[in-house]
Amino acid sequence: MADTTLDPSAIAASEPYGPRPRAVFSPRNIFLYGTLIVVAVYYLLPLYVMVVTSLKGMPEIRLGNIFSPPMEITFEPWVKAWATACTGLNCDGLSRGFWNSVRITVPSVILSIAIASVNGYALANWRFKGADIFFTILIVGAFIPYQVMIYPIVIMLREIGLYGNLWGLVIVHSIFGMPILTLLFRNYFTSVPEELFKAARVDGAGFWAIYLKIMLPMSLPIFVVAIILQVTGIWNDFLFGVVYTRPDTYPMTVQLNNIVNSVQGVKEYNVNMAATILTGLVPLIVYFVSGKLFVRGIAAGAVKG
Amino acid sequence: MTSVLVRDVSLNFGSVEVLKSLNLDVPEGEFLVLLGPSGCGKSTLLNCVAGLLDVSAGQIFIKGKNVTWEEPKDRGIGMVFQSYALYPQMTVKGNLSFGLKNAGVPKDEIEKRIARTAEILQIGPLLERKPSQLSGGQRQRVAIGRALVRDVDVFLFDEPLSNLDAKLRSELRVEIKRLHQRLANTMIYVTHDQIEAMTLADRIAVMKGGVIQQLDAPQAIYNRPVNRFVAGFLGSPAMNFIDGEVGTGPAFKTGSISVPLDRYTFDGADSHTGPAVLGIRPEHISFGDAAKSAPFSQQVQVELVEPMGSDTLVWTKFGGHNLSFRVEAEKPLNVGDQVLIGFDPARASIFDTAAGNRI
Repeated sequence: MADTTLDPSAIAASEPYGPRPRAVFSPRNIFLYGTLIVVAVYYLLPLYVMVVTSLKGMPEIRLGNIFSPPMEITFEPWVKAWATACTGLNCDGLSRGFWNSVRITVPSVILSIAIASVNGYALANWRFKGADIFFTILIVGAFIPYQVMIYPIVIMLREIGLYGNLWGLVIVHSIFGMPILTLLFRNYFTSVPEELFKAARVDGAGFWAIYLKIMLPMSLPIFVVAIILQVTGIWNDFLFGVVYTRPDTYPMTVQLNNIVNSVQGVKEYNVNMAATILTGLVPLIVYFVSGKLFVRGIAAGAVKG
Repeated sequence: MTSVLVRDVSLNFGSVEVLKSLNLDVPEGEFLVLLGPSGCGKSTLLNCVAGLLDVSAGQIFIKGKNVTWEEPKDRGIGMVFQSYALYPQMTVKGNLSFGLKNAGVPKDEIEKRIARTAEILQIGPLLERKPSQLSGGQRQRVAIGRALVRDVDVFLFDEPLSNLDAKLRSELRVEIKRLHQRLANTMIYVTHDQIEAMTLADRIAVMKGGVIQQLDAPQAIYNRPVNRFVAGFLGSPAMNFIDGEVGTGPAFKTGSISVPLDRYTFDGADSHTGPAVLGIRPEHISFGDAAKSAPFSQQVQVELVEPMGSDTLVWTKFGGHNLSFRVEAEKPLNVGDQVLIGFDPARASIFDTAAGNRI
């Protein structure tokens, strides 16, 4: 016994060395990956059903095997959903709604982010009198349920002649995006070192020069976050869309509802599924394209009082 | 000629008085250091001079012009910050030219000034780089360059070396001193590092609680601190403070020891008596043979030895109080040794126990 403990080479061969070996099928791994797989299936299964259903013809759907892949792939439902499905009065499919949504989303996103970023910048760096009160009011605004404000806004829009107009909806979206976006930008700009701001002032830059030349170029991640929040939020909005527009300017979500919930004739499940996927495609693409930047920005502008 | 004049400046944040009716007169070309612990208002004062903070009361003049209400850019100042504060998305060149572009300086003039600045600070090869590609020392050099390029009358430094490691700090310290000798601009430099203050300053303003405690040449502050705070803040290792009282003679008594004070020059003519604190710097205490010839000497026992390379700090008891003194590193001293130490009471400082003022 004594000999073996004294022999260094024997110790070296038997003692642990280098990285600790890890078993692939340890209970920990089984539990971890098992949970992840179950959750992933839970979320992906409905999407799978939607995709396969949208690729089937109606006779095949009536067989009732919703999980089976299509025997005969057809893109007919997609074409119909996009171009010819009837929504109330019009029969030109979702295409009209798509372009309406684009015309609502793009200006709303640009307007709301432009205003909110300047708001956040002013609140974070130019401590004007009453800044705290202003900020508190803005944040409280985020907690008031939208439903309370729907009717007053209808009247206000009517009075300024924008009711039923796309621009009316753009303004509504911009205003409702303000609290959370301002908070997001304020927190991000607060995390920018104050000395940078002071240095720019000594260098003779004013309010706008500091914002445009110093702050903007530094804040790409937070702008990406804001864009994602706004694009998905505004694109997915149904309530404001149905209240503040007219049938010929309905956004895509409202049209989708009209297609899916139309009561005359046969329920065309394949067209409904295709229409739903088409409507959800824009936020989906936005997430996939900007996933990494999104996480970075969320971490940077983490919502802290 | 006065370059920067601060007259009766106060600053309150709510009910907190950060600066209390402060006066400061900085002659042209002087290197003034504002020294104090954190929270003493030194950076606040600098920010007021720069125009980054509005004063609650008082006036600030730069080059004879009242700039109290002026924007920072119109005050003829350049500022260097602790965290460098370089614009991260711009190259070094972009950083240097940003202020000039804002001021509408013509392009060829900008080029000329950048070339000159790059030559002075030796940052020529870095001009096309981004700040993230620079080391800490290079960044601070660029930050100094940004102030330099604007051709200003007054340079303001806000703890510029505090983010650097010890070696770089001493290198850049020398460089800043060289820069001052070459440019001869007025410079106001904020630091909490007394070594920086001693080495750089023409005059030091020691601050505490929004008030300047003492404003004088470094050597004068070191030798004749006006109060116990200043005495303890300057000097490393710190000054020894020994509680006792001044009695007739005059002499300072602590425990069984009596230090004759006939060589000490009291502030004011009349002699003081009563409770007092004797302050003596570790480097002013001699030891061994040298102590025999000192005006005052005393036998003590070594309690602790701290070798510091160049010299050794020895701790002992003096009239029941801790006392440290400095000896050459070569002297062999061990714990328990009985040694003779001595000092010249003329080099000591005596403070009033209650108020802490020099007497």
